[in-house]
Amino acid sequence: MADAPRTPAPKRKLIDPHIHMVSRTTDDYQAMANAGVVAVIEPAFWTGQPRTEIGTFKDYFSCLVGFERFRASQFGIKHYCTIGLNSKEANNEALAEEVIELLPRFAGKEGVVAIGEIGYDEMTKAEEKFFRVQLELAREMDLPVMIHTPHRNKKAGTSRSMDVCMEHGIPPSKVVIDHNNEETCKEVLDRGFWAAFTIYPKTKMGNKRMVEIAKRYGSERVIVDSSADWGISDALAVPKTADLMLASGLAEAAVHAMCYANALAAYGQSGQMKESDWLDARAIDPKREFEGNSLLRGGGPEAAEDSRIIE
Amino acid sequence: MSAQTLLLNWLKPRLAPESLAWLEEKAALLATGAPEKTVSLAFSMALRYSGKAPLALDAAALKAARTEVPGWNPSDWTCDDAARVFLLLSLPPGTASSGIMDRLYQTADVAEAAALQKAVAVLAFPEGHLARAREALRSNIKAVFEAITLRNPYPALNFDNVGWNQMVVKTFFVESPVHEIEGLDRRVNPPLSRMLSDLAEERWAAGRAFSPQLWRCVGPCADSRGLDNLKKALAQGAPAEKRAAVLALQSCPDPQAALILQAEPALAAAAREGTLTWENL
Repeated sequence: MADAPRTPAPKRKLIDPHIHMVSRTTDDYQAMANAGVVAVIEPAFWTGQPRTEIGTFKDYFSCLVGFERFRASQFGIKHYCTIGLNSKEANNEALAEEVIELLPRFAGKEGVVAIGEIGYDEMTKAEEKFFRVQLELAREMDLPVMIHTPHRNKKAGTSRSMDVCMEHGIPPSKVVIDHNNEETCKEVLDRGFWAAFTIYPKTKMGNKRMVEIAKRYGSERVIVDSSADWGISDALAVPKTADLMLASGLAEAAVHAMCYANALAAYGQSGQMKESDWLDARAIDPKREFEGNSLLRGGGPEAAEDSRIIE
Repeated sequence: MSAQTLLLNWLKPRLAPESLAWLEEKAALLATGAPEKTVSLAFSMALRYSGKAPLALDAAALKAARTEVPGWNPSDWTCDDAARVFLLLSLPPGTASSGIMDRLYQTADVAEAAALQKAVAVLAFPEGHLARAREALRSNIKAVFEAITLRNPYPALNFDNVGWNQMVVKTFFVESPVHEIEGLDRRVNPPLSRMLSDLAEERWAAGRAFSPQLWRCVGPCADSRGLDNLKKALAQGAPAEKRAAVLALQSCPDPQAALILQAEPALAAAAREGTLTWENL
């Protein structure tokens, strides 16, 4: 815990509904907890290096519901996840078929709040096929869907993602369209989908631009996330955006909606995510949460007051 | 009454009738060799029917558990633990079911992994669960480690000294309540005594505290270094550690131990008379 902020946790509560914690350090967890993040959603995604074996997918999904959940709990942060085959790796068709077989084993587990992140990367035939298969799985399991919209050809990819959801009879109210920008968000909101914005340095969205979007479109069905991962990204993007929004004169209620309540409402439709999970976490589950401290040895919230000292 | 019947009886007043019916229906399917997919889905979905409230068993129920399976102590079990173990008990005992449980464990979430470890307390065919139980000792997830280590009769009955000693030392290392290990005093052995003496010396050198229960597993098999450490704990330890050293020396057959005890005649008498115990340390 070299330089983690030691300020007491603020009273406000925030949710980062899209962050890849497997790539982040305990310093990030500590800083997030200090900044008021009470819950995170970790979507299953690719991990930078393409996978070539089904076993690595199995272990990755297991990590999302196992060790990563435990790591988060040590900092008082509730960890949820989404399960799915991402669009990039859908292009390895033989492997993708095996992953699809594996998904039901995880999709019904505790704390799995959506099928995702799924959608398009290059909009290939293989991506299309596995996108549709997973929309059917979401429908069967009555789970929300988290859509990753492509970096290239984004506008067309975003429209197409929504069309395909509608074709499969998934109501827009159960679909979060993520990584929106100024060009995509109007259509997403007009069609009744949740519109998530990823505050990710230099690529997807900056927090100043986000403030302008919030001023223009309001807070209804708008969600802020970080998508922080193994790239140059910021695990504090949600707190920083909330701060900037308040400083820019946006109403507290609107900021609360975009940085907490809307994500809870959207993913809460899974039945797997409730506010009481973190408000009553100690009372409900004192054994399982908060107590395990094997990672906290020599660090963590009770570490030395003087950050130059390592005890 | 079988462990499975006990679990069902405990779940009855705690679950809605339709949830109980779901559970019994799945158990019947599992008993007759259902496909593995059915087992894994039922095992995961059980939580949605059971909820995760503590079972909060009363003294009579805990006594019934002990009577059925000596050492079984489900005092910290939750309703999802009970429902999941109820399902596992429906699987026909043998290598096929053990294999299914191994694969369940590989893809388990935290609560599922803990339930699989608690289950070995009551599952038949203990040899089929050994590798999985040993694997839990390597887990850094405390809830999983404690599920096999604490209040569970399986380790004392099935682990060899290598596994047992790793478990006990890690329990001290991660600061779990050692006195809740079933069979702790029964399974003392000289290598464990030496490993714990090493741990005590490490902690002293680092200026870090450790549970005085550590001396409980050093005393009965203490060699000369163990006795030296006990002497030091007796002379320099905080009050609880002093008392622990007295109890440990009391349990040591080496005549040297009795000589060391002369330094604390009042505590030694209390230990002899049974007013000082590991429970009231």
